[in-house]
Amino acid sequence: MTARERVAGNVAGYVDDRTGAAKWMKKNLTKVFPDHWSFLLGEICLYSFIILLLSGTYLTFWFDPSMREVVYDGSYEPLQGLKMSAAYASTLDISFEVRGGLLMRQIHHWAALIFMVGIVVHLMRVYFTGAFRKPREFNWIIGVGLLTLGIVEGFLGYSLPDDLLSGTGIRIAEAIIQAIPVVGSYLSFFAFGGAFPGEAFIPRIYVVHVLLLPGIFLALITVHLMLVWYQKHTQFPGPGRTEKNVVGYPLMPVYMAKAGGFFFIVFGVTAFLGAVASINPVWLYGPYTPAQISAGSQPDWYMGWLDGLVRMAPPLETYFFGYTISWNILIPGLIIPGIMFTGLALYPFIESWATGDKREHHLLDRPRNAPNRTAIGAMALTFTLVSLINGGNDIIATTFDLTINQMMWFSRIGIIVLPPIAFVVTKRLCLSLQRADRDLVLHGRETGRLVRMPSGEFVEVHEPISAEKAWLLTSHEQLAPLELPEHDGAGVRRPGALKNKLRNRISRAAAVAVPKATETERKELEGHH
Amino acid sequence: MTNEIELIKDPGLPAHVHRRADTDPKAAARAERQVAILFGLSALGTLILIYSFVFIKDDVFIFIPVLGSTNLHQIGLGMGMAIALFCIGAGLIHWAKTLMPDEEVIAQRHEFRSEDEDRENFVATVKEGAAAAGLGRRPLIKRTLGAALGLSALTPVLLLRDLGPLPGNEQSKTSWKKGTRLVTDPGDRPIRPEDLEVGSVAQTLPELTPGKERHLDEIAKDAVLLIRLRPEEFNLDAERLSWTYEGIIAFSKICSHMGCAVALYEQQTKHLLCPCHQSTFDVTRAAKVIFGPAARPLPQLNITVDEEGYLVAGAPFNEPVGPSFWGRLS
Repeated sequence: MTARERVAGNVAGYVDDRTGAAKWMKKNLTKVFPDHWSFLLGEICLYSFIILLLSGTYLTFWFDPSMREVVYDGSYEPLQGLKMSAAYASTLDISFEVRGGLLMRQIHHWAALIFMVGIVVHLMRVYFTGAFRKPREFNWIIGVGLLTLGIVEGFLGYSLPDDLLSGTGIRIAEAIIQAIPVVGSYLSFFAFGGAFPGEAFIPRIYVVHVLLLPGIFLALITVHLMLVWYQKHTQFPGPGRTEKNVVGYPLMPVYMAKAGGFFFIVFGVTAFLGAVASINPVWLYGPYTPAQISAGSQPDWYMGWLDGLVRMAPPLETYFFGYTISWNILIPGLIIPGIMFTGLALYPFIESWATGDKREHHLLDRPRNAPNRTAIGAMALTFTLVSLINGGNDIIATTFDLTINQMMWFSRIGIIVLPPIAFVVTKRLCLSLQRADRDLVLHGRETGRLVRMPSGEFVEVHEPISAEKAWLLTSHEQLAPLELPEHDGAGVRRPGALKNKLRNRISRAAAVAVPKATETERKELEGHH
Repeated sequence: MTNEIELIKDPGLPAHVHRRADTDPKAAARAERQVAILFGLSALGTLILIYSFVFIKDDVFIFIPVLGSTNLHQIGLGMGMAIALFCIGAGLIHWAKTLMPDEEVIAQRHEFRSEDEDRENFVATVKEGAAAAGLGRRPLIKRTLGAALGLSALTPVLLLRDLGPLPGNEQSKTSWKKGTRLVTDPGDRPIRPEDLEVGSVAQTLPELTPGKERHLDEIAKDAVLLIRLRPEEFNLDAERLSWTYEGIIAFSKICSHMGCAVALYEQQTKHLLCPCHQSTFDVTRAAKVIFGPAARPLPQLNITVDEEGYLVAGAPFNEPVGPSFWGRLS
């Protein structure tokens, strides 16, 4: 035993005597993780969150979360002598007086954008592969929670500098709060400590941004990861992979090196963006004043869809008994997002209710093999995308020489017409892909080689695909639709018949599929040739 | 032969294929060198960062293609950091992919569901515990505890009460009174009608009482936009026309939709446009909404001139300015 081994052994022994960690570590250091590029998406979120904590902590050393009025005397000449809040002035100081301050500010902002992109793409991966199914519903809900909080956290973060652009965003948020029936004005006055903008909201949202929400994030992310660890990762179907096993690489050393390395890569890319790509140049916007605004006011992208919905809302207000209800704000600002996020959170339960599938799933679906789910996802994405496009309608209009009216009407009609079209097209596409899979298994790969038979007939040579590929294309299950009773034996409608009828209908839609190829069919075809 | 359908079978995990570095010591040595070079590059990145931090002044600009004129201090810090971090990551991953074992292993999953016996025991334990506490047998305790807990939830609500004052009619008031002069923003200079040419726009605020400071809260309600047209261009009823002065019309600059500054004036069409959500208001028709999500026109301020010839408010706003709220009309 070398001296080094002895020291390591002693340290490990010391810790284990007090914690019993060796047993746990032995089991978990060899834990197996399946490998697939799409499993890195969640890691990107985790790593950008760590980058956010590090760069954010750095920024707090100089940032002064106060709306106290100061006169700027820093080195950025165009703003010298101007009155502004201490928050804005200290943001300028971070950008111009602190060496590396601007870099860290830009890293922080880029990391936030990457965090949100990561969450959305990770969510799409989990959705389209059916990874949210039993037993992973809790983690799905936590994920939706993280997405929602991420949007809020990002919004509060870019509001802190108190520049003209972000102040405008806060103004809009205040209008949404104020539009809530009955209590809106009270909530707004409590949130802002009086009339907008007051002097309270920057210090208040600062505490929420740097303490409250990060704390909740840490807790939720911890539970999210513990559940992934405990339940083991899902895996894509393939040869040798079953519902009962997990095929991949052991944590120590391969996965550790890869995951650790990936953290540095994400950090490196974020630093690169912070170095070369200017983001949120607040010194160009000037300090916030409610009487000014810059053209082309855009929120960050993860808020853009919300702003897009608000922009396309019809001008509806109702007045009754002297009270005002602003549907033009409530519908796009609260009701639709509320429905979207509730639907998203409940989706695993809705699907299992509709298909009647209550079993555990550890093998992922290929999206084409769940056409209904894939089509619903495409529909929701189309809805959000049209909203997002409308959130940039002014920029798009000026870039492509359109009128703002054309853009707005495209969105107003598109938001209703395009999602159903996306549903139908996606479902058809999935079924076509299933058909292509079936043909591939039964007839093999087209080689492009033409052969002339002795009889004079020309045929194209098809090469049989490998056993592994054939298994991959046929290993999925095809569920039969539910057949819940709608009538009792005597033909009388049973109680709950309507509900059963609805479930039967939905499950029939969900079960539409091209029958997968079987060995029997393959043998039959071979017999013919 | 049976009639049963035979499914395609799982061929099992494919045989492992060795990488070059597994079999060829030369390839392995090459991979090792590559990893070391990546780590070396990372160290170089940190050196670039240190050099930039200490020696490059923050007013040195260089031209970089694509980026244009770039601050050398910033780009040195950022690129140094990016190289340092990225190369550590790339080295680690290259190491894992070329030199660490790449044989896939199979682990078995366990069932999450507890044994039936454990479940029953759990239920029994809970029931026993509840029975031992006597919750079911002592409804008085249960009810008073429930009431006490429920009431105590009011505490945080109560304690948060002083977050802000009650709105009262604060939202409906502005600083404009009969006779308040309109002054330029910025500059605080009173305005005569002849200062405004036909077709021009001016951003104004109410005149400040001497010795008082202007607060953002006031600006958020008081900002007023002056626009001068030719009087015959208006399409107003008699009352609203009387609120104008020699073709000068005044509107609240705070959007009636969500409170942004309605700052874009299109001189040709005489439309005011809010850059936030593109609500468009027709100046000639008392800021009637002609497009976008706003439901109400911008409030119009009655203006006239005082004896010294300066523009003043003829009356306060006759409705609350800014976005709608529940009690707006009361």
